[in-house]
Amino acid sequence: MSTATQAKGQRRSLFDPAITRRASKDALLKLSPSHMMKNPVMFVVEVGSVLTTVLLFTDLLTHKGHFVFNLQITLWLWFTVLFANFAEAMAEGRGKAQADTLRRAKSETTAYKITKSGSIEEIPSAQLRSGDLVRVLAGQMIPGDGEVVEGVASVDESAITGESAPVIREAGGDRSAVTGGTRVLSDEIKVRITSNPGETFLDRMIALVEGAERQKTPNEIALNILLAGLTIIFLLAVVTLQPYSVYSAAPQTVFVLVSLLVCLIPTTIGGLLSAIGIAGMDRLVQHNVLAMSGRAVEAAGDCNTLLLDKTGTITIGNREACEFLTAPGVESNQLADAAQLSSLADETPEGRSIVVLAKQRFGLRGRELAHLNAEFIPFSATTRMSGIEVDGRSIRKGSVDAISAYLVEHGSRLPDQVRESVESIARSGGTPLVVAENGRALGVIHLKDIVKGGMKERFDHLRAMGIRTVMITGDNPLTAAAIAREAGVDDFLAEAKPKDKMDLIKREQAEGKLVAMTGDGTNDAPALAQADVGVAMNSGTQAAKEAGNMVDLDSNPTKLIEIVGIGKQLLMTRGALTTFSIANDVAKYFAIIPAMFAGVFPVMNKLNIMHLNNPQSAILSAVIFNAIIIVALIPLALRGVKYRPMSAAAMLQRNLIVYGVGGIIAPFLGIKLIDMLITALHLA
Amino acid sequence: MSLNGWLQITLFITLTLLLAKPMGLYMARVFEGRRTWLDPVLIPCERLLYRLTGVNPNEEMRWTEYCVAMLVFTAATVVLTYVIQRLQVYLPFNPQHLPGVAPALALNTAVSFSTNTNWQAYTPESTMSYLTQMLGLATHNFWSAATGIALAIAFIRGIVRREMKTLGNFWVDVTRATLWILLPISIVLALVYTSQGVIDNLKPYTTATLVQPMTATSTGADGKTTTSTVTTQTIAQGPTASQESIKELGTNGGGFFNANSAHPFENPTPLTNFLEMLSILLIPAGLVVTLGKMVGSPKHGWAVLACMTILWFLGVFTCYWAESQPNPLYHNVDQSNSYMLQSGGNMEGKEVRFGITGSALFATVTTDTSTGAVNSMHDSFMPLGGLVPMVNILLGEVIFGGVGSGLYGIIVFIIISVFIAGLMVGRTPEYLGKKIEAFDVKMAMLFLLIFPLVILGFSAVSLLMPNIGLGSLSNHGPHGLSEVLYAYASAAGNNGSAFAGLNANTNWYNYSLAVTMFFGRFMMIVPMLAIAGNLAGKKITPETAGTFPVTTPTFTVLLLSVIIIVGALTFFPALSLGPVLEHLLLHAGHAF
Repeated sequence: MSTATQAKGQRRSLFDPAITRRASKDALLKLSPSHMMKNPVMFVVEVGSVLTTVLLFTDLLTHKGHFVFNLQITLWLWFTVLFANFAEAMAEGRGKAQADTLRRAKSETTAYKITKSGSIEEIPSAQLRSGDLVRVLAGQMIPGDGEVVEGVASVDESAITGESAPVIREAGGDRSAVTGGTRVLSDEIKVRITSNPGETFLDRMIALVEGAERQKTPNEIALNILLAGLTIIFLLAVVTLQPYSVYSAAPQTVFVLVSLLVCLIPTTIGGLLSAIGIAGMDRLVQHNVLAMSGRAVEAAGDCNTLLLDKTGTITIGNREACEFLTAPGVESNQLADAAQLSSLADETPEGRSIVVLAKQRFGLRGRELAHLNAEFIPFSATTRMSGIEVDGRSIRKGSVDAISAYLVEHGSRLPDQVRESVESIARSGGTPLVVAENGRALGVIHLKDIVKGGMKERFDHLRAMGIRTVMITGDNPLTAAAIAREAGVDDFLAEAKPKDKMDLIKREQAEGKLVAMTGDGTNDAPALAQADVGVAMNSGTQAAKEAGNMVDLDSNPTKLIEIVGIGKQLLMTRGALTTFSIANDVAKYFAIIPAMFAGVFPVMNKLNIMHLNNPQSAILSAVIFNAIIIVALIPLALRGVKYRPMSAAAMLQRNLIVYGVGGIIAPFLGIKLIDMLITALHLA
Repeated sequence: MSLNGWLQITLFITLTLLLAKPMGLYMARVFEGRRTWLDPVLIPCERLLYRLTGVNPNEEMRWTEYCVAMLVFTAATVVLTYVIQRLQVYLPFNPQHLPGVAPALALNTAVSFSTNTNWQAYTPESTMSYLTQMLGLATHNFWSAATGIALAIAFIRGIVRREMKTLGNFWVDVTRATLWILLPISIVLALVYTSQGVIDNLKPYTTATLVQPMTATSTGADGKTTTSTVTTQTIAQGPTASQESIKELGTNGGGFFNANSAHPFENPTPLTNFLEMLSILLIPAGLVVTLGKMVGSPKHGWAVLACMTILWFLGVFTCYWAESQPNPLYHNVDQSNSYMLQSGGNMEGKEVRFGITGSALFATVTTDTSTGAVNSMHDSFMPLGGLVPMVNILLGEVIFGGVGSGLYGIIVFIIISVFIAGLMVGRTPEYLGKKIEAFDVKMAMLFLLIFPLVILGFSAVSLLMPNIGLGSLSNHGPHGLSEVLYAYASAAGNNGSAFAGLNANTNWYNYSLAVTMFFGRFMMIVPMLAIAGNLAGKKITPETAGTFPVTTPTFTVLLLSVIIIVGALTFFPALSLGPVLEHLLLHAGHAF
């Protein structure tokens, strides 16, 4: 996570006053039946509340019933509905706050459209259409999503990513995509607009975080069916209880029956379900990842195989020189000197690391190229070597094949010992760079891939969760195997071409596995589309972003691992609260059933194992517990249950104890406590 | 409770579990089409049957086709049994010249036997001719059991198959279940039973002269009291042993005589009693092993079997304990003699040759499964003793359960358990590699809804109707509620045992119970097959460390909790006004 996002996360506390205020208002607005219908469990509670409210007033007119008790029941039933709505509104409110920030970036800007004749026309950005060409100068806002077709510029994308460091956007290649609402800091670019108004990336992002376009995810739909089914079963149990009670000469009031029903139906999970879903998406957004659908988030939790690009994900992007291996009869410092000289003009990180290594090992100071009167020979695709001509010395460095050819040209050959060094370096996962001077091989520089810190542990965690990691690299199999071993990935795909990646995904999917991957280039697009979870880098091409179902605004490929964790956490939270909700019912039965019948059958008090004070306080306590448990669990719903990487068997056991056994015990304590409080306050 | 009693119970469950493995593996062979040692005799029979009926054994059926075939088969046999009952007076093997059965009763009986319920709203020896018993009822014992096995196998195939649309061939499955499994074991058992004294003949009823004539007094409708002296007794006869063996083996439970397995001609000795109980669990327990074998995870089978065994134990413990207590009312009357009045516990309605243990164990086993045969009167059990059979049925007949129906029932419970808790491991819930999605959950919930709908619904309606509903009750108070609740539970669970005390041979009860039996069987089979068909079409996710474990003790405990919690939450309010209240009131000195 970037420091910017961390700051953002801290800024928004769980119960931010502004969000809480707005959520309280929204909770009332959400009482509209058309909204409640979407949630069958809470809709039943609302219908019950309406029923008891009507009865409360008719009873008042006819002077029937126990007004104080019935009033309290009715109020708490309404609170149950309101608390559930509040939970949903809280989750949405957090998204809305984020959307407001984004909307500010969306403010109307002026676009400088390049007409067919080549002249510049000033139009409002809202009038831009896909295919239009615009010119953006330093200091100007990019008017819409598009691709740079000409020029290079540094762009401030902090409005979207929260990252303040500017990024480079240039025509061609994999860093051509720009987003509307970001600002060009330097230089000038021409951008071809790729989206119509209202369909821009920013628009989609606002809709996503606001939950406006939220569609229920597959698991959520299935869970809703389960909850609706349980609600119908309990409805049957409660509706038929009245005939049994009448038969037993102990008829019940509607208030008591509705109380029993509301306590039994899974209101805890029913009330928090949509909040959990919204919060899950929100957690992704806080990690600066945009999921195009909730389905993708769930799929992330289900992933069996992660395809990780070696460079940038497993290893830091650059290789480093770590060793000089000399040819027979060559002194180490002679090799180091030649290597350093040849690398002085080499501005690549590899080149700089050679200079640094020579300095560290042999105290060779980097010399100023200008003072040397040297001719630098740059790397070219045809020679595949670079080097330097200085003081009659002709130094070359390059791949083993290139240098061999160079030596043969000079009537020499690569000594066997050098060849052995080359092979041993390759075997260990490094890249050998052979150095030659005046037609004679001096030795080999060992360039090494640096595996990012902590990767091995993360792969171990993934393995514990049953997720296989596959490293994708263009390296030869030998090198790839060595790095794979060092990084601790389960498998690797060497000399990978885009088609190989695609084939691998299809092969895994044919075995019933779900595959996640990251990508940024246009040639990654087909694989991103094929993968179950395709995370495109924000810095990548438009094609890659279109093909994937998530976009990482930080363009950090390692984040795939976090995304998997967020997906799992979302599913776990739902499961945990469902289990908790159902387990709660046991205690509620022991509170309400004896209370219902103890009046007619005093022996029923034997079932009052909590020794609740009286029937009314017992029923009221159960209803109150049922309502406030929703509020008490809002933080858990929004944050998600604690998630530790471990095997499914261990996780199941742990969560069953916490949420299953805990769910049975907690309400016994809670109801007893509330009963004592009610009794002390003389409320019943 | 006594050591002897516990030894009997331990011997029983040990033998059951020991037999489960060979039986289960044998059944897997039969349905996977591998060789068995009965093949030389049975394969020609099988081929002949297919040739006569025009069945193509290689034709594969989708779940809908499988379901239609099953329904057509059942409908045809219901009609056959109905017609035989109505016309029995014109047909042979009716030495007592019993008249045709009344329409409501005939329909109730036909539905009852075709649904594997074997609810009997009639007294067999004074209602059904030998031909009706043999051709109309005993045949159904085979067919309904074979259908159950076929359905369970189809469900297993749904789990095993990947990306396929079909579940097998119903006709082949029913034929093989009958020929390879039900018939051979029934023949052996029938022979053993005859050796113990179970009768099997076509003779007219015997009239015996009483050694000691007895005087009977009765009050007529006009209020006059008439006294008559009885000097003879009619002893019913009939082809009993042949029907007795399949009665338990197929978890049918329909007695040849009204007294069912309490009758000395059906269940003469403690040995036959033991064998009858053992044969009840033979196929249901075996099928769980078949599941493990066919899905390639024997450990999963044992995890499920462990869950069933624990539930069985909870039942038998409670029932045995409750029945071992003397009735507290006797206790209050005469403390010193309470155990003399009740030797070893509550002996009311029990046979001396079976005792408390043999009766409590039989009552538990017959209601764990959808058998419903009885060797004692559940109505006379102590309230908590009678609660056990009722709860066993209400939990969904999945504690071993009916032949086939127990297995598919518990798989539906597994699907629900896996769905609820499966999310907690952070993945889309999956069962043996098959993802459990919205459609599967929807069908599983439909399956679960049927029980509360028909049991609670019809019981409530019955209790609201003073004449039609309450008129049939011979007891009132919580015991009356138990009687009604038990009747609908028994019908919905396709159990068929009666709590007695309820005159069910009225139009209301005959028809409403017939509807209940029909719903309890077919309205549950249809969604079950829909799940099977849907699962068959899915991919199989390979097993990894992230896979929800279905072989561990944790899974067993989870499944156990879901079955108990779902069942208890649904029926606890009704039960609390029935047996629970009765128990509490009994100890406060009230009996009903």
